[in-house]
Amino acid sequence: MISFACKRLLLAIPTLFVMLTAIFVLVRLVPGDAASVILGDQATEASLRAMRARLGLDQPIQVQYLHFLRDVLTGNLGRSLSSGRTVVQEVLLVLPSTIQLTLAAITIGIVLGLPLGILAALGRNSWIDYVSRLVSLVGLSFPAFVSGILLLIIFAIHLGWFPVLTSDSTDPLERLRSLALPALNLGLILMAYVVRVTRSSMLGVLGEDYIRTARAKGVTPMRLVMRHALRNGLIPVVTVVGLYFGTLIGNSVLTEIIFNRPGLGKLIFGALNSRDYTLLEGLMIIFAICVIVVNTLTDITYGLIDPRVKYK
Amino acid sequence: MTIEVASVAVSQPSRLWLVFSRNPLFWLGALLLAIIIMVSVLAPLIAPHDPLEQNIVARLEPPSAEFLFGTDNYGRDVLSRLIYGARISLMVGFVAILIAMTIGCTIGIVAGYIGGALDQLVMGVLDVMLSFPALLLGLMIAAMLGASLQNLIIAIAITEIAPFARVARAPTIALKQQDFVMAGRALGFGPVRIMGVHILPNLISDVVVMSSLWMASAIRTEASLSFIGLGVPPPTPTWGSMIREGFDNILDAWWLAVFPSLAILLTVLALNLLGDALRDAIDPKLRGE
Amino acid sequence: MTSFPRPALDLRNLRTEFRIGGRWYPAVRNVSVSLMPNETLAVVGESGSGKSVTALSILRLLPHAGARIQGGEVLFEGQDLVTLSERDMSTIRGNSIAMIFQEPMTSLNPTMTVGDQIAEAILIHRGGSRMEAKAKALRLLDEVKIPSPKSRLDEYPHQFSGGMRQRVMIAMALACHPRVLLADEPTTALDVTIQAQVLSQLEELKQAYGMSMLFITHNLGVVAQIADRVAVMYAGEIVELATVDALFAKPMHPYTAALLRAMPRADRANESLEPIPGSVPALSAVPTGCAYAPRCPFKDRSCTELHPELVSSGDPGHLVRCPVRPVGGVH
Repeated sequence: MISFACKRLLLAIPTLFVMLTAIFVLVRLVPGDAASVILGDQATEASLRAMRARLGLDQPIQVQYLHFLRDVLTGNLGRSLSSGRTVVQEVLLVLPSTIQLTLAAITIGIVLGLPLGILAALGRNSWIDYVSRLVSLVGLSFPAFVSGILLLIIFAIHLGWFPVLTSDSTDPLERLRSLALPALNLGLILMAYVVRVTRSSMLGVLGEDYIRTARAKGVTPMRLVMRHALRNGLIPVVTVVGLYFGTLIGNSVLTEIIFNRPGLGKLIFGALNSRDYTLLEGLMIIFAICVIVVNTLTDITYGLIDPRVKYK
Repeated sequence: MTIEVASVAVSQPSRLWLVFSRNPLFWLGALLLAIIIMVSVLAPLIAPHDPLEQNIVARLEPPSAEFLFGTDNYGRDVLSRLIYGARISLMVGFVAILIAMTIGCTIGIVAGYIGGALDQLVMGVLDVMLSFPALLLGLMIAAMLGASLQNLIIAIAITEIAPFARVARAPTIALKQQDFVMAGRALGFGPVRIMGVHILPNLISDVVVMSSLWMASAIRTEASLSFIGLGVPPPTPTWGSMIREGFDNILDAWWLAVFPSLAILLTVLALNLLGDALRDAIDPKLRGE
Repeated sequence: MTSFPRPALDLRNLRTEFRIGGRWYPAVRNVSVSLMPNETLAVVGESGSGKSVTALSILRLLPHAGARIQGGEVLFEGQDLVTLSERDMSTIRGNSIAMIFQEPMTSLNPTMTVGDQIAEAILIHRGGSRMEAKAKALRLLDEVKIPSPKSRLDEYPHQFSGGMRQRVMIAMALACHPRVLLADEPTTALDVTIQAQVLSQLEELKQAYGMSMLFITHNLGVVAQIADRVAVMYAGEIVELATVDALFAKPMHPYTAALLRAMPRADRANESLEPIPGSVPALSAVPTGCAYAPRCPFKDRSCTELHPELVSSGDPGHLVRCPVRPVGGVH
């Protein structure tokens, strides 16, 4: 198991390089160059030159690439052009809030999605199957900002159950209340994914020969699902939740904007609006690293559930 | 299970038809999509007002007989803007998916057919692209290129290339070992001809089915980017930018955000319903009695 | 045979149907046959003849949707299994009636250790502690001749070869000393050498455990090796029922004769192998008269009109469903 985990970690390194290179190339693809984008149309030639020197853009491209890699690997992602804090500082400032939101959303998604997916598979083509399929398709069809706005209008503005803006109060109950809608927004969309994958995965597993073997042994329906089907059916669900992590980050950007909640997403939005390209680039690098780390963890979890993986 | 019902005399097309006709969700999706396409095609005929016409006296009017869905901050008719906005969403989604399909399938087929180190490299890069959130990738590209219709389409197309390449690659690897492809090679057909004539037609149905699901995700990304402010610049009406304007007035004019939200939801849902039913129908694992 | 012992398992007019395109079609048509204590009854026929469905119907293991037992009785120890509740049924499955399947590669749960899978049946039906059940599982693995069973107990199915997995399946089936073992083509997926080993092992274990065995196969060579009596099935019906010796010496039904001619034998040159022309009719297209008539060289006009009954051939215990068969067998 440990050697499998180590091997999987080693595999992540080339992926990280590809991703970093892609970000490097993307940033250099900007028409004109970053300096003129940052300074706008009215910039003088002198200030442009100064900005280029500051960003290291006057160096040859391969030197820029090496500097870029060196900086990333030493954790130096530059300073935000607008606040003057380092990118790492900026991120650490809002990270707890994003982690809270993400964990709450994942909990909601799994706690609601897993049972519903299992029920849909067990009652295939029954009303509960159609309802859960429709619910999950509706959930999948919501762009996160659309569902966020509808939740906001209905539950915060119209019914007044939750605050419209995220409060910065220290009262834990008040914080929980302001976490509820954003977490629900992200969580319900995740639930839609989980229902879908659980359903189709359980349908596949329930048709397997070994399920019939278990029935032939006299295994009761409850135990059949919990002991035999679920563990096998969970394998693709783990992958989806892991893969969904990227989408979750994307959706959290929209959710944080809608609910005016501090976090990584709000940080990106601010960087976009203030044309803070250093911060934007730094955030992309951090997201890339997060995605790779989560993918690797997903694969390792996979190995824990499926005994076959370790020996491949 | 190995129950022997193999020799059932139902032919393939009628079997597919059976699967469709019994799936109520398929019909719901088809109906919704047909309505949305009709609306966008007939926009000039059915829109009650000019979507760009400003009317300072009629600012932020709630829904009424004159303005069914109300008016916005400039007194423009929300319903008419919604109808014209359908054109942008469908067009961006369709063109972006067409581009992504062309590039993605080419990459997938070539990588799968040639195999070896090239395949490994390409798939490695694609896996990275796949695991990176589409919205952030699109956001990054659109932010770097600047907001315009063309850049929006490019940004969305790039985010959807990787899934197409994946779907095209797997069957290519299976197909290239089959007799008819081997026979083609023995007859001296070039690789381009084999890929184009023998492999592409065999995987196109999978690709088309998936493209309706991915067009849904493209339309979602378009709306999200427009909402963030990276979409088609104003005054062109798009659903995402309408919601952004509505969001700024959310406390006193709910209709500005709600109607375009429902429009996006219904469009994406229609495509998802269709794509889902189609995929169920061609996926032998989910099919059956 | 002077006294008539009660059959271990008695099928009476069993009828199982499948739903195809919204309509129900019979896959097993009024099958009546009894399995005597300590007897091995082979059920033979081509794919699609309904033999597997018969076995699955006995334990009611058919998929819930799209299949139903439409009529008949399955009598076991005085009760009719068809009418039992699902809960009562599961106290019989794996306990007094066990089943082994054709595909050892896919019939074991990939995420449970082999030991746990064998122990599960014991825990369900016999209770007791996990330790005791595991100890019993170890003895069973040893009994089915798995080398170094102690270390293999905690291994997963993917670490076993096909033959070894089938032995695990057998150990699992024997865990609760069943009265009846249903074996659904247990050796078909195995290599020929392994096949012979598994067969002789099954035979030994049957004797040791005093079981009756319903053995489903399409391979007449296997039948000759293991069975006491044979039921030949075609299109969901039994078309001939006889002792092994009688069936091989004097097949009465043209289909049985055709099967025998299609079988490779040591005492005949391989050139004389005759494949049976045509194929088993689809469930939805079974002819109204004799189901075999379209493929039968002996058919006359009555065959396509009248559905023949399974009647005595004249020899005791030898039943056949063919009125026009030539007297004295159809060699």
